[in-house]
Amino acid sequence: MPVRTVVRRSYYRDSMVLMRVAEALRALPGVREAAALMGTPANHELLVSAGLATEETKDAVPGDLVIAIRADSDASAEAGLAEVERILTERRPTDAAAGRALPRTLESALRQMPDANLVAISVPGDYAKLEALRALRRGLHVFLFSDNVSLGDEIELKRAALERRVFCMGPDCGTAYINGVGLGFANVVPRGRVGYVAASGTGLQAVVSRVAALGEGVSHAIGVGGRDLSAEVGGIMTDLALEALAADPTTEAIVVISKPPAPAVVPKLETAIGRIAKPVVVCCLGARPAASGAGRWVATLDDAAESVVATLRGGAWAPRPFTDVPGVRARLARARTQAPRGATILGLYTGGTLAHEAGLVLEPLVGTTAYRLVDLGDDEFTRGRPHPMIDPEARAARVREAGQAAEVGVLLLDLVLGRAVHPDPATPLVAAVYDARRAAAAAGRAFVAIASVVGTDGDPQDLRRQIATLEGAGVEVLPSNAQAARFAALVIRPGLEAALLGGS
Amino acid sequence: MSLALDQPLRVVNVGLELFASALEAAGVCVVHVDWRPPAGGPEVAALLARLDD
Repeated sequence: MPVRTVVRRSYYRDSMVLMRVAEALRALPGVREAAALMGTPANHELLVSAGLATEETKDAVPGDLVIAIRADSDASAEAGLAEVERILTERRPTDAAAGRALPRTLESALRQMPDANLVAISVPGDYAKLEALRALRRGLHVFLFSDNVSLGDEIELKRAALERRVFCMGPDCGTAYINGVGLGFANVVPRGRVGYVAASGTGLQAVVSRVAALGEGVSHAIGVGGRDLSAEVGGIMTDLALEALAADPTTEAIVVISKPPAPAVVPKLETAIGRIAKPVVVCCLGARPAASGAGRWVATLDDAAESVVATLRGGAWAPRPFTDVPGVRARLARARTQAPRGATILGLYTGGTLAHEAGLVLEPLVGTTAYRLVDLGDDEFTRGRPHPMIDPEARAARVREAGQAAEVGVLLLDLVLGRAVHPDPATPLVAAVYDARRAAAAAGRAFVAIASVVGTDGDPQDLRRQIATLEGAGVEVLPSNAQAARFAALVIRPGLEAALLGGS
Repeated sequence: MSLALDQPLRVVNVGLELFASALEAAGVCVVHVDWRPPAGGPEVAALLARLDD
């Protein structure tokens, strides 16, 4: 079967464009496999393992674009290469319609928009600091989606931002809202009176979506990046964000969302919260306050959403394991018929904070050896390729592998919707679940698939349709990630029923 | 610009075009930069970050 390759020297395209090229090529008649990637060392390994490496590709350097196609015939391969040309020269519809030439640098963009107040940066991590510094030095807020930025560079960027009293949201900031407008992966939620400081993109998405379902909107959500509350960064941006939200007249209550802060940073955080006259709910997953009194500390993202809404409305609130106990019992009866004895749980996540939260829920319920959680959005999986919330393939491949794994009895999944996220993430996920089920059935096994969906009725993917697609494939969809993790625990540990569902 | 958050967002997007499109869909004014890595790679970028003041 012929393999045709083309190397374009010094020709950069971002990982999204390359993903589109590869997808379009694979959909062509006669094309069996295709790759479109920059010539990084990791990508050379991929080409070799896919049998797509040639004499021509082996000299490609990281600045070179490599296209590789394996097809049934030379004619199909040639057609593929012509298609590549068409996609690479495509212009953005809005710019083409306006007859605009795209600026090539931040400086020339600012000449087009001299009153810009924020720069959103999602270039590869190696280049992110340079672009972010250029923006911060002009006194502009930065939304820094890029990951693979060193801790030293992060500290330098945040100090530069603090000096000019602007926000450096990130690195590795997935989501933020300014004036109710979402940046990055953002669910469509109403504008409202809850302000957020978030060291976690998917954590923020989960809480704003749940809060929206409860009828409240967002004022501002300042993303700070996952390492802001580390000992090294010391919460530089969290402090600044709390100060801004405390002074913001549209914000009536504040939610802080993070993985556990470094122990040394907790007292500092509590002092900052203690100075705020507005109610503050703190969801630092896995952390407890050092000195009680400042803020209401909650255990899960669900609890954060319910607690802040109850606070705003002056109502009482207490955490609960499930919102629909009869519904859970019915699902459980169904699921227990599928899960083998001695089964373990495999969590395949696109949201890092959701994976972390699942671990916190599962560990005390089933013990550390009964589950394994993989965060496919972690730096190691995203170098040179799109985030799994944009490109579902990396997770789909692992779902398929799970079908071959005898020990996996429960597959625990998240599905995150919103702007800039894959237009229909349930469909490729479900296709992988079907493949995994077939593989398991061929070996005389079965597994239970459990998911939760982060999304709102306003999201472009259609929340109800996404849930229906999952349920149509027999995936048990729970109302939140924490509930999904508890349900997974119930499936493999029937003895937990009394504790989690109450007496029956 | 101060920390005041009450100004309408006006965004320059450097990197994934997808984010510019999402902002446009949300009704935000955005200029997208057709970004390319600087010639010379990451090492040159690091050097520029130090000098570019």
